Amino acid sequence: MKISFAEGLAKAIYESLAADPRVMLIGSGFMGLNNAAREKLEPALRDFADRIFVTPISELGLAGAAIGAAMAGQRPVVDLGTGSFIFEAFPQVVNEAANIHYMTGGQTAVPVTFCSLAGMRGGGAAQHSHRAQAMLGQAPGLQILAPGGAEDAYYLLKWALLESMNPTVFISHAMLLGETAEMDPGGASLPVGKARIRREGKDVSIIASSITVPRALAAANALEKQHKISAEVVDLRSIVPLDRETVLKSVAKTGRAVIADECHRSYGVAAEIAATLAEDGLKLLKAPVRRVVVPDVPIPYSPPLEAELTVTAEKILAGVLQVLGR
Amino acid sequence: MQKMNPAERVTAMLRIRRFEEQCIRLSEAKKFAGHYHVYIGQEATAVTACAALAAEDFLFSTWRNHGHLLARGAAPDRMLAEILGKSGGYAGGRSGTLHLAVRELGVPSTSALVGGNLPLATGAALACKRRGSGMVVNFFGDAGMEEGAFYEAMILAAVWKVPILFLCENNSIPPEQRKRGQFTSSTLPTDRLGDVPRSLKIPAETVDGADADALADCFGRLAAEVRSGGGPRFVEVRCTRWPGNFPLWPELPSGEWQVAWAFGQKPDREDLAAWLEQSDPLLLCIRKAVAAGQLDRAQVEAIDARARAEMDDAARFALDSPYPAPEEAYRHVWAQGGKRQ
Repeated sequence: MKISFAEGLAKAIYESLAADPRVMLIGSGFMGLNNAAREKLEPALRDFADRIFVTPISELGLAGAAIGAAMAGQRPVVDLGTGSFIFEAFPQVVNEAANIHYMTGGQTAVPVTFCSLAGMRGGGAAQHSHRAQAMLGQAPGLQILAPGGAEDAYYLLKWALLESMNPTVFISHAMLLGETAEMDPGGASLPVGKARIRREGKDVSIIASSITVPRALAAANALEKQHKISAEVVDLRSIVPLDRETVLKSVAKTGRAVIADECHRSYGVAAEIAATLAEDGLKLLKAPVRRVVVPDVPIPYSPPLEAELTVTAEKILAGVLQVLGR
Repeated sequence: MQKMNPAERVTAMLRIRRFEEQCIRLSEAKKFAGHYHVYIGQEATAVTACAALAAEDFLFSTWRNHGHLLARGAAPDRMLAEILGKSGGYAGGRSGTLHLAVRELGVPSTSALVGGNLPLATGAALACKRRGSGMVVNFFGDAGMEEGAFYEAMILAAVWKVPILFLCENNSIPPEQRKRGQFTSSTLPTDRLGDVPRSLKIPAETVDGADADALADCFGRLAAEVRSGGGPRFVEVRCTRWPGNFPLWPELPSGEWQVAWAFGQKPDREDLAAWLEQSDPLLLCIRKAVAAGQLDRAQVEAIDARARAEMDDAARFALDSPYPAPEEAYRHVWAQGGKRQ
């Protein structure tokens, strides 16, 4: 069965509401400005109207209320809208949710999910294009899920809503909503915290997450056809927990690593992967690692300016050629 | 919900006062490192508010939480152990004084960020509304109203009509104190704090924090309104700051509080003497009960002896409790029980 990323999200939300009466929606956008994607949510909004709460534009209050409801026995998911808006809620997300279980010595669990539609989306400009996963990764206690495919959008969101006992930031991406994948409706997912090998290869590992996953796959296909290079694509799926083991195993096989990520270059997710390879994988490497990431500048509005900074399949391909000395 | 007689009320208030005095002495003896805040002078508020709560209700507190937790039933020995960073504390030494919380008493977490607990408490009230029972009392100080979180929580509570009592303990200090560089306090350009929630259609009132009877009546009534589905209520409790809370680090002016002060004797410090006569909820409560023939001095002294002994024992427990092993630093980052598929 083929589903889109938006359908995966909507299916996870619907099934979670149906499965557990503690699941509640604080805000119900999830799909941003995409009308076609919004339609997918209609059945959930219709059938579970009593569990969807009206939300003023109060991200800080909404995030905190979701945490409070989670501590009091509910399983809320709060839609924080555009990824950048998580900054309006930062004190509650990073300084309350992330800390509570620890601060209470394990007394209180916070099974809350913050949904954030992140990313460079075309015309978002500087204040609506953020990918906050690297910043959030500095707040121990937060799980950060960043699916790169439709089936994982479904599996990971449903896991966060129904199974997780920890606060989760779920990072979807405006440019992923229409992406499709094959999904076995009865099939089991990979465990959360395990990376997915999206494509097997032997010459180079491309490590990707979220929007860079389909772009890495496009690059890998082009490399095969145009350059006879066999690239393996590792989809991290979650930034926290981070599956370092699968990354190291893949690089042990290929000997080369290109990390494709939409965070800014400095202190980003790619930097963390590169550090892991430097610490634990230096002897596996036949060439220096390469980061294909967003330069350290704010995101501009104008299309050619935004395109200049975007991590595209072409840039990933170029990064691979460089690592292979071609 | 509990109707307290004068002896019970004085007991509850004295326990808090003697606990806080232990904290001050332990801090002065360098038995713990962190900054801390004591509740002396506000005891009647916690005691009467907690008497209006049921077991299933939630309580959200702040960095000034010791009185709230004791009134809710927390064990003073485990609290002091936590304040000392010991393994016998409620969080095994991870929270210290700032985040003291006791989940089984309906205190799921304590935020030490100004205004930080207001959205959390509002969310817990939303959970109460969903399950169809229980309410939340949300303690915060006047400075909490300077944060945007306050305004957002008020909007949400009003829009969702959740069962919550916003209990603002206004222990602000006069501007002349602030200009002298003493402890920071609120700077709110309104004289009536209730005007802010009132503008969002949240009924608000003001009550004297030194008058335990007035507080008990007020909280009993407001809790009943909240429980009957009336939506949020706001109350400003006006407390006059205890002189020992003016310095950056609390100190005991004229030593420990003396029962004799309630029976005509005066402390040597004049500012303290004036505060006791006008603003000390404990002293005023004792005097009122004695005047009404409900308590006598011997009874008060007996209550005090028990409270002192209990807090001495608590301090001994805390001092004797071992520090956590270093590897304990790694525990409780993640809650267990969530299947990882």
